Amino acid sequence: MIGNLPFVVCMILVALGLWTLVTKRNLIKLVIGIGLIESGVNLFLVSLGYVRGGIPPIYTYAPADGPMVLPTPQALTLTSIVIGVATTALMLAFAVVIYRHKGTLDARKIRDLRG
Amino acid sequence: MSVHAPILAIAVPLLGGFAVPLLARLHRKVRDLWVLLVVLFVGVCVGYVAAHVFTQGIWVYVLGAKNPQETLAPGGFPIRIMLTVDAMSAFMGLIAGFIALVAFPFALKYIPEEEGKTLSLTLGILLLAGILGMAYTGDLFNFFVFLEVTSIAACGIIGFRTWTSRAPEAAFKSMLLFSVSGLFFLLGVALLYGEYGALNLAYVSAQIRGSVVDRLSLALFLAGLLMKAAAAPVHFWAPDAYGEAPAAKALLLVVNTQVSLYGLWRVLFTLYGGLSDAGVGWLVVSLGLLTMVVAALMALVQTDLGRLVAYGAVSQIGYMMLGVGVGLVALSGRPDYGFVAMQGGVFHMLNDALTVGLLFLCVGAVEWAKGTRDLRALGGLGHGLPEVALAFLLASLALAGIPPLNGFASKILIYEGSFRLSPILTAIAVLCSILLLAVFARAFQGAFLGPRGEVEGKIPWVFLLSIGLLVVGILVLGLVPGFFVEEIVTPAAKALWQGRALYLAAVLGG
Repeated sequence: MIGNLPFVVCMILVALGLWTLVTKRNLIKLVIGIGLIESGVNLFLVSLGYVRGGIPPIYTYAPADGPMVLPTPQALTLTSIVIGVATTALMLAFAVVIYRHKGTLDARKIRDLRG
Repeated sequence: MSVHAPILAIAVPLLGGFAVPLLARLHRKVRDLWVLLVVLFVGVCVGYVAAHVFTQGIWVYVLGAKNPQETLAPGGFPIRIMLTVDAMSAFMGLIAGFIALVAFPFALKYIPEEEGKTLSLTLGILLLAGILGMAYTGDLFNFFVFLEVTSIAACGIIGFRTWTSRAPEAAFKSMLLFSVSGLFFLLGVALLYGEYGALNLAYVSAQIRGSVVDRLSLALFLAGLLMKAAAAPVHFWAPDAYGEAPAAKALLLVVNTQVSLYGLWRVLFTLYGGLSDAGVGWLVVSLGLLTMVVAALMALVQTDLGRLVAYGAVSQIGYMMLGVGVGLVALSGRPDYGFVAMQGGVFHMLNDALTVGLLFLCVGAVEWAKGTRDLRALGGLGHGLPEVALAFLLASLALAGIPPLNGFASKILIYEGSFRLSPILTAIAVLCSILLLAVFARAFQGAFLGPRGEVEGKIPWVFLLSIGLLVVGILVLGLVPGFFVEEIVTPAAKALWQGRALYLAAVLGG
């Protein structure tokens, strides 16, 4: 059970992010919600790659029969972080533009597109 | 060269897109020529890949191996990233290639230089690269990466007109949904990776046993991809997005939703094909019906021509989901009617791309000539723009499924298949078609009929060329549907329906 603790923490982060998206109406807070989900997923990916007593997956260091840490999840996480930076930046940029037009970041007051 | 065609179809637009701003510094003509060359090259590549796949079966292209056919690393484990192009992927690629060939010449003329034409072309080409990547890849994580490439490029296009207050709002909304959709998909991939230690679609598919974790990740895939494909009840980003994006690029956004739907079929039929579950099929069917009803009703009350067409586009997503969903419900017993419905659903993807694409081009031409899309301000354009009026009429009839146009050819297959499952499904679908006919008749009447409306200048010949290409496509597909159903739709539908074993064998051998 205690071995699953990292996964539980990741899922709590994801749930918090979803909760933020559902309850908050400030555009910046919505972006933060996306960030929370993203961190949860990234941590989940990293924790998947953990091997107890594993060694870095560098070929020349490897003993003949020792367990190695999986390199793939780390590569995936790096990619995912880079993508996350791009999406966050794009969303914040749009939030800035919206603020310049409307003078507010409250999603309830930004209602040009309805119906 | 030709052996690398699948990767070139993705790599050339990816690099070509980023080269556009550099070439624009040389000269605008060089940039325009380059864009056309890249799109033409992509068209040739997807055409070649499709011809190869339809005649010789699944094409697996492995990246990072000594030769691109070496699917398994020493040890018999598919560790490398690979593109796995089966008939369905090739079909999706053909749609994307053809729409790009139509959309980019239009865009070259449509978007004014001072509104940042260079960057909009860059984003369009990147979106095309992402779409083709999603269609061709055989790797789950790779699919996620291309999903995000399309999300970012699409949101750039949606929010392109930052000087209006509506476009950034639409873009923010879409980006929020796309981010959640991408992260759901990634979480699903991570769960499967944690369980099976692999990312290759075929390998994971062979391992899947239907545990709780598998079902959880299936739910995440479903939620994520349906969000991206604009299915109700998470469709609300799509009308804003299609309406606010420059019309020439809205075509590519439509293909983007279709390729997300393709991803969903890939997950349901190939990845989870061994555990076909009628419950998931019914979910897809009922969400499909909900999508078409909600979108058709919303289209009824629109006063903006762009948003009206956008709701029409969303309703067509419902028809594809109905067709393929009926096939999914029937997957375990594999009766004939399931396959007929699948053929209809798959064929409707092609028809939807053409008809909705044509409607968006007509909206673009109207906006170009009049500077507005408000139906209350438009009227009598049929006198000044007879070609556009005729094309709009043709596309409206095709979208509503009036024979002998292409929309009818695919909808009749969907009706035929779904009727055998339950006549109620067919009744709802037919009613929605009639509703859409009323909606578009009103739009046509409002925009094109009535006393002569003022038109500024002439429509450029490139617009008419793009519109004409789509008109020819609609007529050809409508008049001789048999040939296309036989040659490209049936193999594509079959690849989903019973192609799972072949897909797995192509990657894993044996």
